Amino acid sequence: MPSALSATALLDNTHRVETPEGIDLLLHPAGLVPRALAFALDLLIRGVLLGALGFAFASLGKFGMGVGALLLFLVQWWYMVLFEVLNQGCTPGKQWLGLRVIHDDGTPVGWASSLTRNLLRFVDMLPFGYFLGALCCLWHPSFKRLGDLAAGTLVVYRERNVSTPALPAADAVAPPLPLTLAEQHALIAFAERHSTLSASRRLELASILAEPLQVTPAQAEARIHSIARGLVGQQ
Amino acid sequence: MKQSQFETRHQTEWQAFEEMLAALERGKTPAPDIVAGFPAAYRRLCQQLGLAQSRGYSMRFVERLQLLVQRGHHQFYRHRSPLGGRLLGFFLGGFGRLVRSEWRYLAAASLIFYLSLLGMAALVLAFPELIYSLISPQQVAEMEAMYDPDASRLGRFGERGSADDWMMFGYYVMNNIGIAFQTFAGGLLFGLGSLFYLLLNGLIIGAIAGHLTGIGYDEPFWSFVIGHGAFELTAITLAGAAGLKLGVALVAPGRRTRGEALRLAAAAAVRLVAGATLFLLIAAFIEAYWSSMTYPPTPVKYAVGALLWLVVGAYLALSGRGFHASE
Repeated sequence: MPSALSATALLDNTHRVETPEGIDLLLHPAGLVPRALAFALDLLIRGVLLGALGFAFASLGKFGMGVGALLLFLVQWWYMVLFEVLNQGCTPGKQWLGLRVIHDDGTPVGWASSLTRNLLRFVDMLPFGYFLGALCCLWHPSFKRLGDLAAGTLVVYRERNVSTPALPAADAVAPPLPLTLAEQHALIAFAERHSTLSASRRLELASILAEPLQVTPAQAEARIHSIARGLVGQQ
Repeated sequence: MKQSQFETRHQTEWQAFEEMLAALERGKTPAPDIVAGFPAAYRRLCQQLGLAQSRGYSMRFVERLQLLVQRGHHQFYRHRSPLGGRLLGFFLGGFGRLVRSEWRYLAAASLIFYLSLLGMAALVLAFPELIYSLISPQQVAEMEAMYDPDASRLGRFGERGSADDWMMFGYYVMNNIGIAFQTFAGGLLFGLGSLFYLLLNGLIIGAIAGHLTGIGYDEPFWSFVIGHGAFELTAITLAGAAGLKLGVALVAPGRRTRGEALRLAAAAAVRLVAGATLFLLIAAFIEAYWSSMTYPPTPVKYAVGALLWLVVGAYLALSGRGFHASE
């Protein structure tokens, strides 16, 4: 399908998944740094949690120590699993950094795969400070650590709401010459992005098309906006 | 059809879909008629996205539809059956079947573990000073204090009253399940980590058993460990078997790629670990509340211990044979 999305796929690091409905999901795997930050944040939260609970239970004597040991076990091995499965793939750290865990095929992570990736975290931490995990993450095209490889999971950026920008005001006109789909895309994208480009850059880009559009370079920008409006179909 | 026509025609539909998504993402269960309409609405949206892409509508617009589809996909393919029922079904039948189908790994792990255990016990009986090559003298002294035949309660924290059973339970859960998880995870290092932990645990337990038997503490020691040992030792071999399965998938993936073989092996192995976790919870319970008691006479403890071994064996050999669960 000659859409602009697949044309840019060589440059960005999206992970494509074809769904049973016959369309492609575009997932954006998260790299080492945001994942490490999310983990550090989770570590901090767990540390504070354990510190507070430990303090509370230490005052309860040996019964408290038993419960404290159970809680330590729970927090150490199950914190990640419980949050990932029950909170749409997000631990608090991941939520903060806008990440989520999903299966390779884009479906939400389940108990078995979440447990697998978090138990195997032990190997990722070897021999010290996530050395193996970091190596694997840097080597893999979708930034998977060893636990992700075994569990078939992926850490991706959560999808964010994109607002469709309004096209700049102009009178809709038909293009003076037949345009391919990619060319139409380029013109519409230029009009959509006009507010994010500086005036001189817009002039520079638009004047490339001045000659084929048969206008002066100064008029080219307004002309492209008009054509984009015509293509989109807004009056 | 131009983009803006397409947009105005379907705008309300997309808004309704977005509201439905927001409700589902918050974990609410919307009205049944909305739920019934969700699959159709999702498929229609997928078709509209395909149309928008092939007609070359603007990138931002396509992105917006893509976002909706992605969120819809996430809700549509969510696994919603209640966990409790699945766990119960697993422990009543699925686990036994799984263990029997993976019996080769369990046999290998058991062989490694029990051979190293018995071998080390025999060696320590023959050469008593050998225990100090594995365990520091201070720890040996602690062990001896724990199983002193004169103590009123046995095991770790020997001098405690029954109110402290909780502490032991917590300690055993944390310590033993942690070891089992490590034994499993070590399998990812081509099985070597699992091998190491199986051997290490076998050697240490064997050394202690041999040493305590050698110095004449055999009665308190064996009557203490036989009960929960049924669950605890089996759980260690189960976790080891899960780890070995990972290792074998990496070393000899067969006709699959290593990644694919690892993924398939891990799916089965993690279920073995889940079963081992249940065993260890039971073991910690028995260890804290039954094994440490000294007032039941030794023959009773041996009888109960033997019974527990039989129960474990029967569970693994027989559970899940009779009926066919609908999967």
